[in-house]
Amino acid sequence: MVKINPNVKKLLYIIGFILLIWFCSYDLDWSSLSYFSWGSFASILKSMMSPEWSFFYNGSGEDVLSLMIMTVCIAFVGTAIGTVLCLPFVLLSSKNLWKKNKLIPRIGKFILDALRSFPELVYAIIFIRVVGPGPFAGVLAIGVHQIGMLGKLFTEEMEKMDEVPVEACHAVGANGLQTLFYARIPQLLPIYTSLILNHFEIGVRSASTLGLVGAGGIGAMLIFAIQGRRWGRISIVLLTIIVTVFLLDMLTGYIRKKLR
Amino acid sequence: MKIKDTVHFQWYKHLFVVFVIAVLFFGSSALTGASLTEVFSNLDEMGTFLERLSHPDFSYLPELLSPMLKTLKMSMLGTIIGVLIAIPLSFMATEVATKNPIITNIVRLFLNIIRTIPNLLLAAILVAVIGIGEATGIVTIAIFTFGMVSQLIYESIETIEYEPIEANESVGANRLQIAIWSIWPQIMRTVISYFFYAFEINVRASTVLGYVGAGGIGVSLSASLGLFRYDRVSMVILSIFAVVLIVDFISERIQRRLV
Repeated sequence: MVKINPNVKKLLYIIGFILLIWFCSYDLDWSSLSYFSWGSFASILKSMMSPEWSFFYNGSGEDVLSLMIMTVCIAFVGTAIGTVLCLPFVLLSSKNLWKKNKLIPRIGKFILDALRSFPELVYAIIFIRVVGPGPFAGVLAIGVHQIGMLGKLFTEEMEKMDEVPVEACHAVGANGLQTLFYARIPQLLPIYTSLILNHFEIGVRSASTLGLVGAGGIGAMLIFAIQGRRWGRISIVLLTIIVTVFLLDMLTGYIRKKLR
Repeated sequence: MKIKDTVHFQWYKHLFVVFVIAVLFFGSSALTGASLTEVFSNLDEMGTFLERLSHPDFSYLPELLSPMLKTLKMSMLGTIIGVLIAIPLSFMATEVATKNPIITNIVRLFLNIIRTIPNLLLAAILVAVIGIGEATGIVTIAIFTFGMVSQLIYESIETIEYEPIEANESVGANRLQIAIWSIWPQIMRTVISYFFYAFEINVRASTVLGYVGAGGIGVSLSASLGLFRYDRVSMVILSIFAVVLIVDFISERIQRRLV
């Protein structure tokens, strides 16, 4: 093999990088940027600086506050359903639970991969056809997607757990179910709780987008405000989402720190 | 762990937690109108829907290749821009690099705010601000990547070794020189692996960005859905699935080579 001078190698990397950028950008449609002007951008920013506070709460149930609570509820129920439903898949796809059988964990992992690879929005579109538009479709979309995400993380934790307590249980004659309950679950519960809390927060973020297709939550209001170019309304919705996610982030962070 | 910490002595706490979760669960499921009976009574509806989805229109595939490639290009370009912006800002978000808690906290607050905005909402707003098109998708992906990767990078900067920094300080290097010569070499490999991680996430995310008008394969998805051409919808979904799998596979290979 020819030895390449490290400086030449570096140069080759840089040339390759620039070629990659050129290849990615040369035939894309940049026309939308030509209509963009800083003046209109500044005026948009200015009107976003004055949020329509009257919209925040007016008691009609269609205001920002109640829709945000609805969004959080969608994420909560979705995550709860996802957590419960992913457990059988975790048991299926954990390698260390199936010592002799190598096929079953692979099948389980494939199912989880397949569930995870579609965005929530696609699930939302499917479930809207099933249960009709509304928050419940959002719940199901988040739930099914969380099965894939939580299932993968749960499986990884299960596979790298400490096997010593399991062996101790086996040594005194425990069967598979007993080792699961007395050696595996106590060890995994804090980690799983922390993962669930983290995904609840992710769920809130994605639940706020599901309204774009009509699956309940605050997204519908945002899309109407965007279509009407009502910047004051957009900014109050955005502000509420940011503050809510920020508060939930702090709350779940506090609980997760306590679990350690 | 003491005997007092075991479940048998702490059962009332666990019971309380279970109770709170149950109340929250039933409260929220009542509010969202969740009912299992509705799912089961509509299962045949889902059956017909899946039945229509299960006949993908393979003749639509050639038309999908170009938007799919554009989606990949968009996410690649957006990821590159986002990571390039994220690197300097994540240096500014650590006290290791700045030695200045005020700058650090301001930059961190800014990054936290950017990170809380969901991807699709950002795209919807940018479509309204900039206009419909692929450029909007790239800007969205860049901002999203920037928020996500900068947090990962500044967390990894905080775990580096301090000896090289001290060595450079003792010979009189300024803060920029320290950042380039003693911090960057330590985190470069991590940054590259974060780049691929972000790229994988962005490919998944960019497939739906077109739904709000930000270009790529999502445009075909929303167009086929609007026309109720479920055979085409399932073809789009299948091709998204295939591309995500391929990208995951390739990026795993490249990462194994590099790291």
